[in-house]
Amino acid sequence: MENKTPAIELRGITKRFGSVVANSNVDLTLYHGEILSILGENGSGKTTLMNMISGIYFPDEGQIFVNGKEVSIRSPKDAFDLKIGMIHQHFKLIDVFSAAQNIVLGVKNKGKFDLKKETAAIREICDKFGFVIDLEKKIYEMSVSEKQTVEIVKVLYKGADILILDEPTAVLTPQEIKKLFAVIRTMRDHGKAIIIITHKLNEVMEISDRVAVLRKGEHIGTVVTSETSPAELTQMMVGKKVSLNIKRSDVTDGSDRLIVENLNCVDREGVSVISDFSFTARAGEILGIAGVAGSGQRELLEGIAGLQRLESGSITYIDPKTGNHENLRNKTPIQIRNLGVRLSFVPEDRLGMGLVGSMDIIDNVMLRSYSKGHSMFLKRKAPKDLAQQIISDLEVVTPSAETPVRRLSGGNVQKVLVGREISANPKVLMVAYPVRGLDINSSYMIYNLINEQKENGAAVIFVGEDLDVLLELSDRILVMCGGRVSGVVDARTTTKEEIGLMMTSLGGAKQ
Amino acid sequence: MSKNTTHSEPLIRLSKNDSVPMWKGWLIRIAAVVAAFIVCAFIIVSVTDLNPIEVYAAMIKGSFGSVRKFWILLQNIAMLLCIALAVTPAYKMKFWNIGAEGQVLMGGIATAACMIWFGDKMNPVLLIILMAVVSCVAGAIWGLIPAVFKANFNTNETLFTLMMNYVAMQIASYCVCFWENPKGSNSVGIINAQTQGGWLPTIGGQKYLLNILIVLFLTIFMYIYLKYSKHGYEISVVGESENTARYIGINVKKVILRTMALSGAMCGIAGLLLVSGTNHTISSETTGGRGFTAIMVSWLAKFNPFVMILTSFLIVFLDRGASEIATRFRLDESMADILTGIILFFIIASEFFINYKINFRSKKKKGVNE
Repeated sequence: MENKTPAIELRGITKRFGSVVANSNVDLTLYHGEILSILGENGSGKTTLMNMISGIYFPDEGQIFVNGKEVSIRSPKDAFDLKIGMIHQHFKLIDVFSAAQNIVLGVKNKGKFDLKKETAAIREICDKFGFVIDLEKKIYEMSVSEKQTVEIVKVLYKGADILILDEPTAVLTPQEIKKLFAVIRTMRDHGKAIIIITHKLNEVMEISDRVAVLRKGEHIGTVVTSETSPAELTQMMVGKKVSLNIKRSDVTDGSDRLIVENLNCVDREGVSVISDFSFTARAGEILGIAGVAGSGQRELLEGIAGLQRLESGSITYIDPKTGNHENLRNKTPIQIRNLGVRLSFVPEDRLGMGLVGSMDIIDNVMLRSYSKGHSMFLKRKAPKDLAQQIISDLEVVTPSAETPVRRLSGGNVQKVLVGREISANPKVLMVAYPVRGLDINSSYMIYNLINEQKENGAAVIFVGEDLDVLLELSDRILVMCGGRVSGVVDARTTTKEEIGLMMTSLGGAKQ
Repeated sequence: MSKNTTHSEPLIRLSKNDSVPMWKGWLIRIAAVVAAFIVCAFIIVSVTDLNPIEVYAAMIKGSFGSVRKFWILLQNIAMLLCIALAVTPAYKMKFWNIGAEGQVLMGGIATAACMIWFGDKMNPVLLIILMAVVSCVAGAIWGLIPAVFKANFNTNETLFTLMMNYVAMQIASYCVCFWENPKGSNSVGIINAQTQGGWLPTIGGQKYLLNILIVLFLTIFMYIYLKYSKHGYEISVVGESENTARYIGINVKKVILRTMALSGAMCGIAGLLLVSGTNHTISSETTGGRGFTAIMVSWLAKFNPFVMILTSFLIVFLDRGASEIATRFRLDESMADILTGIILFFIIASEFFINYKINFRSKKKKGVNE
């Protein structure tokens, strides 16, 4: 391998944003015919580095060599001219066009445009690398994984030899990930150079030939995958040893706390997003909810929290002290609170729903409690103390309690939000994707906080995307598929494959 | 590899700079004003052959040249500030209320009606209380109409409030015909010129002092309202994110209606001060574009009522100075407008330099392949 010319070589790349150093003196080499994983926590500079290769940012210092020649990549077009293609996490496709139309879009060929001829050329690429895709199908009819395939084919069609995939597995089911990996391996065998950005260790171990680890913008080292272990990689990534086990205590209480029966919800376009949805959340138990993104998870949680109109069904809250039954369906958040229901909700959209970005930590902590009392004026004393307590208890890194939360990093934002929600001693705690975008240490802190609430007797509903975490943390897992309950399984005995099947077809395991 | 890849680093790059110390920000703002005056000087010399120093001196005289001019300056600041305070809660809620012009006018019409109908028939104290209530209600109604449609049907408040201005102006024109005095003059004339019925009282012989004190009180009120009251807090939350507001159980509709009623009512008070405290007459031109200028005052001050004193001073000072040089040097009004425009442009542009850092291509690092 040493004698080959690298496809991409980075030397001493540095990029700063104001006073923040996103990448500092990074060296990296990538050869044709290999898969390189770039591993690092959120905020470690993976995406920034790749954006410099694909022409979105320009490095402050350092050199980039492509096929041994020094280049200067100023725009995505320059990157394409160098046969570098990036597949972004958020797809850039036109919904009403077919796959073929999207793929040929933006390609300038001499002579008359002939979609049939182009389609044939695309089909050839698909056959070569083993993509299975209906080129006539419109994008809006496609699943996430099909859209991703279109994006990859698009980049290949434009002639890319170097492919960068940004978190390609984030939205896929285990089965789809297997298919994707197979295709990636075929591309490698055809001599393409491939970079995968990810933070999932097991995938790194499975797919890549070599792993480059970034930490806080610095390149810690590159290792050959077959000669390393997840423990070693984690240590490189985090800088110290972290135990990767989530503790799971036994359910102590187990009495019914929230009974959801036959919920139906229709969105603004009249499409049913939740149908005949029933489940029970029990005190002192974590109910994990798994499902492909967009299967109705958001509507379900918002419906329970009183933010989403529900057509029919019932949500019964059983008060642990009095034993009273309260129906929460179509009550406003205020009405729910006034009933004495201690329901906390950590929504998926932290800064768009859970917090106000431009307000400081104190004012954000006050959101839940400001309206108490009859005074016209705000009382900032108690929220200020609570904010200080959250900052010290949850190790929030912030200049002060008066800093706007928008200035905080993702992990610290989430700590403020979770801290506020659990400070109310909830009896029902709903959390949606609570560790999305968080570094390992913050993630584990959040898991611990959730576990604490479970031990305090709260009924926890945990919507997650990482099946490994769901399997380790939850007591039971409810699998959603297309707005329906696909099945409820015991997290201690089930497997990832079983859940994966249930995610894609109702009651999948029965097949 | 390809011809497109031999470029050097881009010449200018912008990066966000959100940690500028206060003093540096103000230094940049002052530098912008100085730069604006220098640019204006060139334009004055090249277009009019006048000595720019003399022109600037005349501008200052226009505001501070005599005691009377100084009081007029203060009065104008107070009126502009009053309307700016009124629109602030709406803008803080991200409700694009460009209907202050109409809301002020409705307050003015209501005041004038009270003065004409009851001016000589009522106890003066009761009359003033009545006028205050009626002008608030008139302004509030004018603010509430677009708010009701926004809250219930999500109509576009910008167009709605803008059109409400024209309706208000037509109503004012109708009232002018209705109350014409003397007949055929096509104006209302000074209302109750002899009896001074319904005129706001003068304090210490100063005609405008009461207006100024009322606006000062409103400034303090608005500062406290926005910063320390629950209502002000709700306005900020709704303005930043309606989703968050719903999530914590704020009744978004109620906040929109309440805030626009307040905003309209304060505009109504501005109308009261203009009609009863200043002009003692009414026409469709009573507001004189202040309803729009006030928006700029509010935004320039980033919604801080105390900073608005400064920004409204700046705008009024420029305006007074501009008309002074127009008469003193017999210049066309447009010349004065050009100068005002340049100065405002520099001041607004300075915010860009405070918020962003500009990086030039570094000298050391030569472009590749050069």
